[in-house]
This record gives sequence, structure tokens and C-alpha cells, in this order.
Amino acid sequence: MKIRGAVLGTALSTLMATAAFAQEPVKIGFITTLSGPGGYIGADARDGFNLAVELEGGKLGGVPVQVVVEDDGFKPGTGKQIADKFLKTDKIKLFTGIIFSNIAGATVPDIIDAGAIYVSPNAAPSNFAGKECNKNYYVVSWQNDSLHESAGQNATNLGYKKAFILAPNYQAGKDALAGFKRFFKGEVVGELYTRLDQTDFAPEMAQIRDAKPDVVFQFQPGGLGIAFMRQYQQAGLLGAIPMVVAAPSMDATILKAVGDAAVGVNLSYHWNTDFDNAANKKFMEAWTKKYGADRLPTYYASQAYDTALAIAAGLKGVKGDLGNTDAFRAAMMKADFQSVRGAFKFGNNQHPIQDWYAARVEKDASGKPVLKTLGKVMSNHADAYAKDCKI
Amino acid sequence: MTLALEQILNGVQFGVALFLLAAGLTLIFGIMGVINLAHGSLYLIGAYGAALVSQRTGSFILAILAGLAASAIAGLIIEFVVIRKLYARDHVQQVLATFGLILFINEGATILFGRQPLFVAMPPALSGAVEIIPGVPYPTYRLAVIAVGLLVAFGLYLFVNKTRVGMLVRAGATHRDMVRALGVDIRLLYTLVFGLGALLAGLAGLMAGPLLAVQVGMGEQILILTFVVVVIGGVGSIRGAFFGAMIVGITDTLLRGFLPALLRSLMTTSQADALAAGLSSMGIYLIMALVLLIKPQGLFSGQN
Repeated sequence: MKIRGAVLGTALSTLMATAAFAQEPVKIGFITTLSGPGGYIGADARDGFNLAVELEGGKLGGVPVQVVVEDDGFKPGTGKQIADKFLKTDKIKLFTGIIFSNIAGATVPDIIDAGAIYVSPNAAPSNFAGKECNKNYYVVSWQNDSLHESAGQNATNLGYKKAFILAPNYQAGKDALAGFKRFFKGEVVGELYTRLDQTDFAPEMAQIRDAKPDVVFQFQPGGLGIAFMRQYQQAGLLGAIPMVVAAPSMDATILKAVGDAAVGVNLSYHWNTDFDNAANKKFMEAWTKKYGADRLPTYYASQAYDTALAIAAGLKGVKGDLGNTDAFRAAMMKADFQSVRGAFKFGNNQHPIQDWYAARVEKDASGKPVLKTLGKVMSNHADAYAKDCKI
Repeated sequence: MTLALEQILNGVQFGVALFLLAAGLTLIFGIMGVINLAHGSLYLIGAYGAALVSQRTGSFILAILAGLAASAIAGLIIEFVVIRKLYARDHVQQVLATFGLILFINEGATILFGRQPLFVAMPPALSGAVEIIPGVPYPTYRLAVIAVGLLVAFGLYLFVNKTRVGMLVRAGATHRDMVRALGVDIRLLYTLVFGLGALLAGLAGLMAGPLLAVQVGMGEQILILTFVVVVIGGVGSIRGAFFGAMIVGITDTLLRGFLPALLRSLMTTSQADALAAGLSSMGIYLIMALVLLIKPQGLFSGQN
């Protein structure tokens, strides 16, 4: 009787411990850019991520989670400080959220070195994709170069021969131009790096006019893209020289701000609101219900949503226990979730292998400019650095 | 050659915008001894005021008036509520308080208008391009910005050099204590100068609206360069602010425009691009360092 009582007691206390364990939510450190010209990007990423958590009732993969959001203010130093605080004070072991590659460059190594896990919803600089790849570093979005490789291929397919290319002078900008050139078969007649804090592009416009290219490729994310497109129009270049860009230079917010002036711009992307798959329909419906039809999600929101789903798959595999990163990795790498983009899997360097689509800005039936998907430019595309990664 | 002309115009236009900000900043620092980090916020307020009215009414004239009024009123309120308490304090406290204002105003703008950049329609009369010389179209709006900036510079010159209030402003910049000892209501003068500075910052902000994106944080982007202008031109000098702004505007634009091509003739393309990008963003700071080395008070210092 006594023994039975003891066994029962142990069983009970074990049960209670499990219950207590289940109730303690896994904290996810979400460091993102909420202020400055890229502020809307971080806001979209945060809202996309939270949407996935909400749809599961505050859980990811059946594990209760708590998303702790902080604004890095578009400053690498601030991102690093937040990571430090999250790691030491809040004992967070799982991170995501960073938008810009320069902030990722300063912040991610600290997170990885502390033995924590980072899952990127956006920035994926080339230096983390090859030799420096890491078991605890995952990317759900794309490798930086890939975005612009799709634009290079698109420009080649469209038959352009002379390109003028420009991007901000930071890691993602360098990756952008390298990526474009890797797949553009024509000649590059002008190549420029602008400043990341630059909003007036008048000197660049003059140089583009002078170089007489037959296509312009530009990577200017966030507020920079709005300013660039409008000044391109004001300089009278819009009708004269066509433009081929990748997704960041023509997201839903930029399109809304630029309006009719953007009609005719060619771009390429991995996701759009009009993708016809069940996961995307679920995402679009939930987004519209929560944020209204007026606020179209940018692709940043879709990536963060996918990131949450990818993390959910990982957490499910280890039942919320982040102590064993190898087990978490085994679960993550299966990519056991339905991406809103359709086909999705991880490559050996833990970056995505996915399809890229050509698109154009066109007017819809009501005369509003929208992004219209035209067809695939690349299938099952992996990045150029995966071969150097030995995990 | 036509490219050079176009780039110089771009430089002048950039310089004009910097001048409008620097004029206020240099006067506030020269006369009141206050380092006003929140000057960029007044630029932001002018831009938002104009952007909102332009969106609601569609009238560019009303937008101009709203932008000017918003920044001037905000300037007067800031002077009355915050800056007035800081005159006797040291610079560290002024920097902290005005930095606090930046955070306060940026967060306020985020709460009121969101993080999405605002779009300001260009007035139709100015939206085209004119051929300054055959074959070189230049945006009409940018020409208008240059014209307004030069007019304001001329107006400020007349105001500071030919009017009684202007005389007090000049005297305040060089001999502050003497002006006070002579029984001039220095408080009123301070409020006036701060209001004027706010008005000019607002003008710069509302003119930038149709060119750039109106968004939270736009003030800080340009404020750093404005401080460079003030350092180069000399604290307290309107003339210094004008020439400093032109030097910074034109140098920055020309470096960005011509350095890559220049370096490419000397070395391989990839090296040249990397170096040119670095050097052109360093250029104006190098000039500032040089000026500090040779004339630590700035080129046209009002202080003695």
C-alpha cells in the first residue's frame, strides 16, 4: 500500500512537472528593424510571424511560445546589444527577425557563439552561407545572391544586352550585384554603390542617363526603393530605360507608394499574394481578416510567416526542448511544413532550395497597379555558396 | 560636359536643402549656445505637415502653408517648454534633452502616422523636366527648390545685415552678454531665432517631401550632414552656413558622380568601385577634418 502510494505520488509529481513544463512558454527573441526607412519591413515581418503563432493559439508546433520583439533601430550596434540582453538576461535560446544584412552580420555570430539558434526570416549574407555556415544557423527566406540571380536570369531572358546596375554599399548590396552579374549574360555598362542612408539619387540618375544602358537593375530596399522609383520618374528615365529588379525593390508597400509610375517594371520573386496554393490561401485569408484588405502583406510578412512554420516543425520534433540542438536540427531540416511559396526545402548549408518566378507590374481590372506573376525563371534554385559549406 | 553641369546643379540643390537646415542650427547654437539635436525633428514635422495637407486637400499651396505653420508652431512650443530651461545648463544636458525630443517626436509620428512612408504628389506645374541646355533635361521641381533656396538665402542676408532685429542677431552671435547688458529682451530674441530656425527647417522638410519619402527618421539622416556644414562654415555665421552647405553639397555630389569613373581608369573595376564608394562617402568628412585643422573656428566664424 505504501509502495503503491509512493509510485502514485511519483507518477503524480512527474505529471505535474510535465504540465508545468508544458505551460512554460519557449521564448523567441525577435530582433527586427521597426524604425527608419525600413521600419515597415520589420513591422510586416513581426506581424507575419505573430499571425502564425496566433493561428495556432499561442503555440508553434504544439509548444507554447512567447515572442519577445525589440527594435534594432536600423543600427548594427543596437542589434548586437539586444542579442546580448536576450541571451544573458532573458536566457533566450531561439532567435529570428533580423531584416538587414549589416545588422545580421553584427548580431548573428554572437547568438551562434553562445550556442543559441538563429532562423533568418530575411537577411542571408553570402559570408554566412559558404565556409562560415553553421549548424545552428538556418535561413528560410533565400540567400541574398539568389534574389538577384533571379533578376539577372530574368533580364537575360528578356533579351537585354547592356545593363546599368546599382545597390547600396553594404553586404546585401554587394551580394545583389554579384548575384545579378552571375546570371546576366549581357554587358554591364555601369556599376555603382550608393550609401545605405541615401535618399536622394539625383547624381546616380545623371550617370544612368549618360551611360545609355538598355536596362537598369537596382537593389534599393524599403524607403530607398520608393525614393529611387519616384526620382527615376522625375528624371524622365521611366519611359526611356526599362527596369528589371528583384523583389526588395518592388514590394507591395513600394508599389502602393509609387503607384502608376511602376507599371511595366519587370521583377522576379519567390512569393506573391496571388500564388495559388492552400497554404498561401490560408495565410492571405488570415492576414486580410486581421489587418484588413487595405494592407497587403509584403513578401517580408510571408517569409516571417514561413519562418514561424519552419520553427514550429523544429519545436514539434523536440517537444519544445531546445537543450538538444542536434535533435532540433534533425527536425528543422525536414522542413515539414507547407510554405506559402509552394515547393520548399533546405539545402546542405541550411538555406532554401526553391523556385523563382518572373513578374511584371500591370494594371488590374479596376485600374490599380498590381504584381502579376508571369512564369518560372528558375526551378529548385540553390545558392552559389552551398558547395563550400561542410556541416 | 553636360553631365558635369547636371551634377553641379544636383550639388547646388542638395546644398540648398542643407543650407536651410544649417542656417537655423548655426544661429541657434551661435546665439543661444544650445546644441539642438532635435533640429531634424522640425524638418520631419514640416514634411509631415505638408504631406498630410497635400493628401487631404490636394493643394500644394495649402500644403506649403501647413508645413511652415506646423514646424514654426512646433519650434515655438519646443523652445517654450524645453529649450528655455536649458540655456544656463551645460552642453551634455542640452544634448540629452534634445536627443530625448528626437525619440519623443519620432515615436509620436510613428503612433500618429505609422511606419509606412508617406507619398506626396508633386505639384503638376512643376512635375516635368525642362531642358536647361539642349539635350539635358532637368527636373523642374529641383530647379524650383534651388530658386527658393537662393531666394531665402538672399532674404536672410538682407534680414541679418540690413534690419534692426538682424543687427541684434549678429550682436547676439558674437557678444551675447553685452547685448543682454544693454537691456535687450534676450528671451524674445531667443524665441524669435528658434522660431525662425524651425521655419527654415520646416521649409527644407516640405520641399524634400515630393522628392524623397516622408518617413520617420528622415530628420536624423540629414542632421549629421547639417552639423558638418555648421562645423565647416563656422558656428553662428549665416554666410558660413551658406558656403559650407554649397561646399558639402557640391563636393558630395561630384565625388559620387565622378570618382568611380576616375578610379576605374587607374585600377580594376571591382577595386575601383569599392574604393570609390568608400572615398566618396568619406569626402565631406575629410574636408571637415581639414577645415578643423587649418581654421578650427570654421571658415566664416561668427565667434571670436
